[in-house]
Amino acid sequence: MTDELQHPRDSVTPNDPQPDPSPDPERKVRSVGERLPLIDGPDKVTGRAKYAGDLAQDALVGRILHGRYSHAEIVSIDTTEAAALPGVVCVLTGEDTTQPYGILPIAMLEYPLANGRVRYRGEPVAAVAAIDAATAAKAISLIKVEYNELPAYYTAEEARAPDAVQLHESRAGNQERDVHFELGDTEAEFANSDLVVEESYQCAEVNQVHMEPNAAVAEFDPIRQHLTIWPSTQVPFYGHLIFARCLGLEKGQVRVIKPFVGGGFGARTETLHHEVICAHLAKATGSTVRLTTSREETFITHRGRPETQVNLKMGMNKDGKLTGLASEVVQRGGGYPSYGIVTILYAGTLMYGIYDIPAVKYDGYRILTNTPPCGAFRGHGTVNVRFAIENLMDRMSEELGLDPFEVRRKNLLVTPTYTANDIMVNSYGLPECLDWVQKESNWDERIKNLAPNKGLGMACAHYVSGAAKPVHWTGEPHAVVNLKLDFDGAITALTGAADIGQGSSTMVVQCVAETLNLDASQIKLMANDSDHTPKDNGSYSSRVTYMVGNAALDAARSMRQILAEAAATLLDAKSEDIEFDGTLFRVAGSQDPGIEYMDVVVEALKDEGTITAKGTFSTPVSAQGGRKFRGSAVGPTMGFSYSAEVVEITVDPDTSQVTVDNIWIAHDLGFALNPLSCEGQIQGSAWMGMGQALSEETRYHNGLLISGNMLDYRVPTMVESPPMDIKMVESIDPNGPYGAKEAGEGSLPSFIPALANAVRMATGVRMTETPITPDRLHEARARYEREQANNVAAE
Amino acid sequence: MNSVLQMTVNGRPRADVVADNMLLVDYLREVCGLTGTKIGCDGGECGACTILADGGARLSCLTLAHSCAGQVIETVEGQATRGELSAVQSSFHEKLGSQCGYCTPGMIMTSESLLRTNTNPTEDEIREALGGNICRCTGYIKIIESVQAAAEIINASREAAE
Repeated sequence: MTDELQHPRDSVTPNDPQPDPSPDPERKVRSVGERLPLIDGPDKVTGRAKYAGDLAQDALVGRILHGRYSHAEIVSIDTTEAAALPGVVCVLTGEDTTQPYGILPIAMLEYPLANGRVRYRGEPVAAVAAIDAATAAKAISLIKVEYNELPAYYTAEEARAPDAVQLHESRAGNQERDVHFELGDTEAEFANSDLVVEESYQCAEVNQVHMEPNAAVAEFDPIRQHLTIWPSTQVPFYGHLIFARCLGLEKGQVRVIKPFVGGGFGARTETLHHEVICAHLAKATGSTVRLTTSREETFITHRGRPETQVNLKMGMNKDGKLTGLASEVVQRGGGYPSYGIVTILYAGTLMYGIYDIPAVKYDGYRILTNTPPCGAFRGHGTVNVRFAIENLMDRMSEELGLDPFEVRRKNLLVTPTYTANDIMVNSYGLPECLDWVQKESNWDERIKNLAPNKGLGMACAHYVSGAAKPVHWTGEPHAVVNLKLDFDGAITALTGAADIGQGSSTMVVQCVAETLNLDASQIKLMANDSDHTPKDNGSYSSRVTYMVGNAALDAARSMRQILAEAAATLLDAKSEDIEFDGTLFRVAGSQDPGIEYMDVVVEALKDEGTITAKGTFSTPVSAQGGRKFRGSAVGPTMGFSYSAEVVEITVDPDTSQVTVDNIWIAHDLGFALNPLSCEGQIQGSAWMGMGQALSEETRYHNGLLISGNMLDYRVPTMVESPPMDIKMVESIDPNGPYGAKEAGEGSLPSFIPALANAVRMATGVRMTETPITPDRLHEARARYEREQANNVAAE
Repeated sequence: MNSVLQMTVNGRPRADVVADNMLLVDYLREVCGLTGTKIGCDGGECGACTILADGGARLSCLTLAHSCAGQVIETVEGQATRGELSAVQSSFHEKLGSQCGYCTPGMIMTSESLLRTNTNPTEDEIREALGGNICRCTGYIKIIESVQAAAEIINASREAAE
C-alpha cells in the first residue's frame, strides 16, 4: 500500500479522482455508497447479541470493594471474615495484584487493586469471587480496611499548590505532563493585529455514559495456564498485552475475544480495572468469573473528558484574518495518568489543521488530582479548546462588525498543504460545509427575522482520521486484514477491528465486497478473537475506517488478483484482461459465455487448497508530521474530517432553559462508504455535543461522586432532542478507502460553540462555561443585565 | 424465601422456584436465560430492561418477579415469529434505530407497546412514549424514524388483510 499513498508535495489536489478501485455507478452490484443496514443488526434487534454480562450466567460472580477516601494510605486490609463466608471462593487485595499497568507505556502507574494507597474515592481496593451475587455482596461488606487519610485535591489549582502532597512519586508538582510550543511569533503577530482579545473558558467534566455498564467474563484453565477473556472494550489488543503483563503470563497464554460492546465513546479505549480484576479472579480461582459493574461503578471508573480551563489570546485584523492564537490549557486529570498525556497534547496540536493561522503558541498542563481518572472521550482533546476558539472568533467577528461565516472563509487553508507542524492536509471540504449550512439554514434571512428569545449560532471543527503514529512502536503495519477463501466459495474477512456499534464490521465487508464485485451478503466476517483474527490496535482516534478500510481494500485486491489468475487459466487469457461482473468471469470486451464464480474458485484452490489473502495499511513517515516540539507525535493524521454547524435555539425568558429547535450540520467525511451509518454517526456526535453543551457534568462533594446515575447526570432524552438536517460533504481524500475519512467525532466539537454563540444572540450573554444549564445562564443573564444598566447609568 | 412462580414467558408457560425478592430482570436473564433484556443502570433510569407484562411496557429492573405471577410476559426474544422479524424489529434494523444495540431491546419493547395501542402515533407521541428510554449512540432521530417505519408496515399489513 505504502507506495500508492499520495502527499501534498506530490501536487495532489483534493478533488483528484480516487485511485483504483473507484466506486463505479454503472456496476450491477454495489456495496460502498449504499445505505446498508449493519450486518450484525439482526442479532441486536432479536436479543441474540451477547454482551460480556450476558455470557456465562453460571460462572462465579466477581465484585469489587471500592475505597472510601479520596486520598489515603491503606494501613491494613482484613479479609478473614469475608474469606470464611460460605460460598466465597477467593478474596484478592492489592498484595495479589502487584503488577502496574496503564494504556501508555510511559505512564503505567495504576494497579488493578490499590497498591498501598488510594488516590480517588471509589478506587478498587479488594475483590471477591463467590457463587452468586448476594454472597459476593455480603463478602464485600465483611472486608475491613484501615486507612490513614492524606490531604486530597479536587481541583487542578489545589493539586498544583507548592505545598501539595504528591499523588505519585514520579510526578513532581502533581503534574502528569506540561507541553509548550510556539510555531511562528505570536507576540509579534499580536503587536501588529487590529484586535487582540483574551478570555478564559471553563468546561465541566463529562462522562461517556456508554449504555452497557462495564463488564467482563474471564476463564482460566489452570492445567494449561491459559486465560480466555471476554471484556467490554474498544481495544482488545491492548488488553491482551495488559492481561499477560499483570497475570505474569506469556502473550501466547492469553486469548481475548471481544463480545458485542454497548458503546464506548472513548471510555473503553484503554483496559479498565474491572477487566484486569476479573482476569485475576479467574486465575486465582482456576475458574470462570463474570464481573459486571453497576452504573455508579461505571461512572466512578470514568475516563471521561476532564474539567478544563482554557485561557485564550487571539489576534484578528479588520478584515477577519486571524493573526495569532495563544492558548493555555489546564486539565484536571484525576488520580491516574490514563491517556492524559495524549489529551493535553491533542488540546494543543488540534489548534491548527482547520484554519490558516500564522502563529500558534501553546502551554498545556495535565494535572493529577484526587478524582476519578479522565481518559479519551469522543473528540479527544479538541472539544473544550474548540469551544473556546470558536466562541472567541464569534465575539471578535462581532466586535469588528464582521459576518461569522465570512471570518471563517477568510481563514481557510489553501490545500493541499502541510500545517505549521508538517501535518498533511489533502482533502478539505470545510468551504463546502460552510456554504451548505449557511444556505440550508437560511442563515441570512433567518437572522434578520428572529423572534425574541431566539438565537442562531454557527461554528466549525475538525478531527483526525486515525493517529498517524502508533502507541507501541513495533514496526508492524497499522492495520492487517486477512481474507479466507475455501471450498464452499465463501470469503471470510478476518479483522481485529473492534465493532462497538459504530459499524466497523459492516465497513470491512463493504470494502471487500466492492473491490471483489461481490454482494455484501456474500462476504462473511469474523472479528476480534485473538486466536483467529489479525491484531488490530482497536477503535480509537477514528482510525478504523481509514486504516482497516484500506487494509481490507488491499486484501481484497490480492484476492481479486488470485481469482483473475484462475479465471485467466480457464479462459487461456491474461489475468489483467479478466473482468468479473458479479456473476461471471470473462475476457474484457469479449462475447464469451463466461465462467461461473464457483468454477473459478475450484480452479484457484487446485494445488493450493484454502487461500488466505492478506492486506495491510501503514502510515508512511512523511505523513506522520514534524518533530518541531516534544510531543509532536500526537496530532498527525492522514486526513482530517471537517464540520460546520448552525444551531437555532429558544431561551425561556423566565427559567433560562435553552431548547434546541434545529441543527444544520455539514460534515466532510471524504466519502460516505455507508451513508446510513455515517448519518447515524454524525447525528449521534452532534447530539452528544448537545448533552455537554446543555446539561451533562459530573459533580463531586469532597471527592464523592454525587452524579453517579443517569438522572443526576443529565443525558438528553428523546423529548428534548431536536431534528437535524445533515449534509455529508464528499471531498474524496486521495488516500482514504474510496476517499473516506472520519465520520464519528468531528461534529461533536462544533456543536458546543455553535450553541454558545446562539445563546449570545438570544440573550446578549456570551457564555464562557459549559454546560449552559438554566442556573448558570440565569446568573449570567442577571450579571449581564446589571452591567447593561450600569453602562446606561454611566452614560 | 423461595416459592414457585408461574407465568407465561414468550408464549411458554413456566413454573420456577424463585426467591421472593428476585427482580423480574434477574429472573428473565438468570433463570430463563433470556439475556436480551438488558441492565443499563441501577434502577429505573434508562429503560433498557423494558419488557411487556400483559401487553403493557414495564421496567423489569423495578419489578419483583413474583408480582407478575400469572401474567403474560414478553421480551425481545419473543418478538420474531417463525424466524421473521416483527415490524418493529425489522424497522430498527433497516433504519439503523440500533447502533451498539444495548438500548435496543428496551426501545423495541416500548415501541411495541406504543404501536399496539396507537398505530398512527405523531412524532410527539413517539417522543413521549420513548422518553424514558435512553440511547447514547443515535441522537434518537433514527429511532423515531424506525418507529414511524414500523407503524407504516403495521398499517399496510392491516389494510392488506382487510
